[in-house]
Amino acid sequence: MTDDPATLQGLVCPTPVQQRDRIVLGHGSGGKLMHDLIAKMFLPAFDNPLLRAGDDAAVFRLSACSRLALSTDSHVVYPLFFPGGDIGRLAVCGTVNDVAMLGAQPLYLTAGFILEEGLELDVLQRVVKSMREAADEAGVQIVAGDTKVVQKGKADGLYINTSGLGAILTGIEVGGARARAGDVVILSGPIGDHGIAVLSARGELGFDAEVQSDIAPLNHLILSLLDESEEVHVLRDPTRGGVATTLNEIAKQSRVGITLFEKSIPVRPAVRAACEMLGFDPLYVANEGKVIVIVGREEADRVLELMRQNRYGAEAVIVGEVQAESPGRVLLKTAIGSHRIVDVLPGEMLPRIC
Amino acid sequence: MKYLDEYRDAELVHKGLDEIRRAVTRPWSLMEICGGQTHSIMRHGLDELLPEGIELIHGPGCPVCVTPLELIDKAIAIASRRDVIFTSFGDMLRVPGSDEDLFHTRADGGDVRVVYSPLDTVKIAQQNPDKQIVFFGIGFETTAPANAMSVWQAKQLGVTNYSMLVSHVRVPPAMRAILSSPYNLVQAFLAAGHVCAVMGYWEYPPLADEFKVPIVVTGFEPVDLVEGILKAVRQLEANRYEVENAYGRAVTLEGNKPAQELINQVFIECDRKWRGIGTIPLSGWRLRDEYAGFDAEKRFAVENINTRESPLCISGLVLQGRRKPNECPAFGKDCTPDHPLGATMVSNEGACAAYYRYRKQEA
Repeated sequence: MTDDPATLQGLVCPTPVQQRDRIVLGHGSGGKLMHDLIAKMFLPAFDNPLLRAGDDAAVFRLSACSRLALSTDSHVVYPLFFPGGDIGRLAVCGTVNDVAMLGAQPLYLTAGFILEEGLELDVLQRVVKSMREAADEAGVQIVAGDTKVVQKGKADGLYINTSGLGAILTGIEVGGARARAGDVVILSGPIGDHGIAVLSARGELGFDAEVQSDIAPLNHLILSLLDESEEVHVLRDPTRGGVATTLNEIAKQSRVGITLFEKSIPVRPAVRAACEMLGFDPLYVANEGKVIVIVGREEADRVLELMRQNRYGAEAVIVGEVQAESPGRVLLKTAIGSHRIVDVLPGEMLPRIC
Repeated sequence: MKYLDEYRDAELVHKGLDEIRRAVTRPWSLMEICGGQTHSIMRHGLDELLPEGIELIHGPGCPVCVTPLELIDKAIAIASRRDVIFTSFGDMLRVPGSDEDLFHTRADGGDVRVVYSPLDTVKIAQQNPDKQIVFFGIGFETTAPANAMSVWQAKQLGVTNYSMLVSHVRVPPAMRAILSSPYNLVQAFLAAGHVCAVMGYWEYPPLADEFKVPIVVTGFEPVDLVEGILKAVRQLEANRYEVENAYGRAVTLEGNKPAQELINQVFIECDRKWRGIGTIPLSGWRLRDEYAGFDAEKRFAVENINTRESPLCISGLVLQGRRKPNECPAFGKDCTPDHPLGATMVSNEGACAAYYRYRKQEA
């Protein structure tokens, strides 16, 4: 090279280590930035055992009642309507699923609307109708709500927050910390549909991908498993950050290693093609109607069979296994037989450039 | 998926690996030029499967990584202006400048947008006649045709509020610089397949002759990479130094002539500074004088930029293949993809990021 080592050293001089002192989009991506924000900002401020459990919903008992699961989720998706769904269906299913992932039957939702001045009532009507349909499908009622309107330009049409409450049947024990060595990892179907459908609807792909979002309420599927098997240890929906991020959370919570088999991971051809073109890894693309089920090995085949009987689990497959080695890490056995790490996504997923 | 699955076929990969094993009698060091190849090697764990003694050195072919700090600071200065819409390929937004990155500029109110093509930027310019629209034109020979097209198109359409901050780099001069270095460890090159798809490989025979180094044009999928490595190893073992094409389905000797003509019409070769490496003669492209009106550096006064690199970062040595990412004391500790100290930790194609994502256990 043209510079000798001395000159190379001369290129550098002291600089403070970069600190993020403002919120950037990556803080909301479900990846490492967001986890750091939760760990350093929210957890210390609100610290309590329920929050510290780190699951999709908090589980607690009011005296003499069955155990309850409580969760909340805000929805800011753009555009409001996209192939396979809309912000309303997302707002209901997202919270229903978070509650269901703790083994609870979701019962009641609340809905908070932040509306931008100028939003067409017809748009709101369509969103509300979609929420009603999703709530009916899930078997939940929306029992309290709130409406705020902000000035034009202060929101992107419409944001929705939903909170959900569910009851856990006696004897059910599931949670992100319960994966054990020897368990099997089941995925309820092909991954990445939601993320690619939304990108496509934004016109950000530069080509048309015929992909429908997979948004669905998964509570009936999940409860059918819990009714039949006592060996379901972990349930979690791989939403933002995708399967990779969700499995990393579980590996850390349960202090186990998880190995995925690249060959077994289902990805629809259109999603795969879009990911190849954009440089995305489908393992990091969002899903809204999929569940990862970690189950004792001896029950794996039976649980898989049960899942396939439900329309939202018809394409379920075994994609990995849990081991004691490499605790806190997710490994991938590649199609060509080597191993590599599958890490948490750092910040926003960006397309590569060449 | 057609045209992809057959190049990821496990059986074919292992057949190729067996052939490499049979061909090798002693250790060899090969450099894959392109960051896309580095990423693919790590993603598929190919280095783990190669016979002992075959070492892959990761080359400087990551455009985000080698874009000089001054240019990033200039980009941030321009993007911070309220009269500017700044557009860029996504990766560049996370590259640390001296003080901040373009994500911060956006969080501070700068209008910074990710585009997939520079031609989209020309459209944005037409839609926003009261704003200055600036595109961050970086990359190797692969991005040059589209970037050249955007400037050409803007001129044809009379779009005067479009300009480009140019930091284009070229592969062959970088290969020459690596081979000329007293620290060079590279015994054979896997040339960057996509670059050659545009430029052909007619520039390489003089390099192979002068430095007695085999150069094999290589693709990006596991089967492609194994074939490139096999061809390079066979040459080394036979003491041959030729230019071979192992990516025939995409690359011809001449390359894409119309694309080359477009590049030559808009750009002209110039000396270019590479981040962490230094200035390499005639290793870049700048806008030709007749397109100088589209040069963002001339349009905006951003000359006096003082840059500050992290003292911990050894990306210069990594980019020259003199250190592996995991040999850096900051790797995985002070320097991670969400908190990068140098550009090699940012891009998917940066060697440090590829190591971090796929091989963190070695940190």
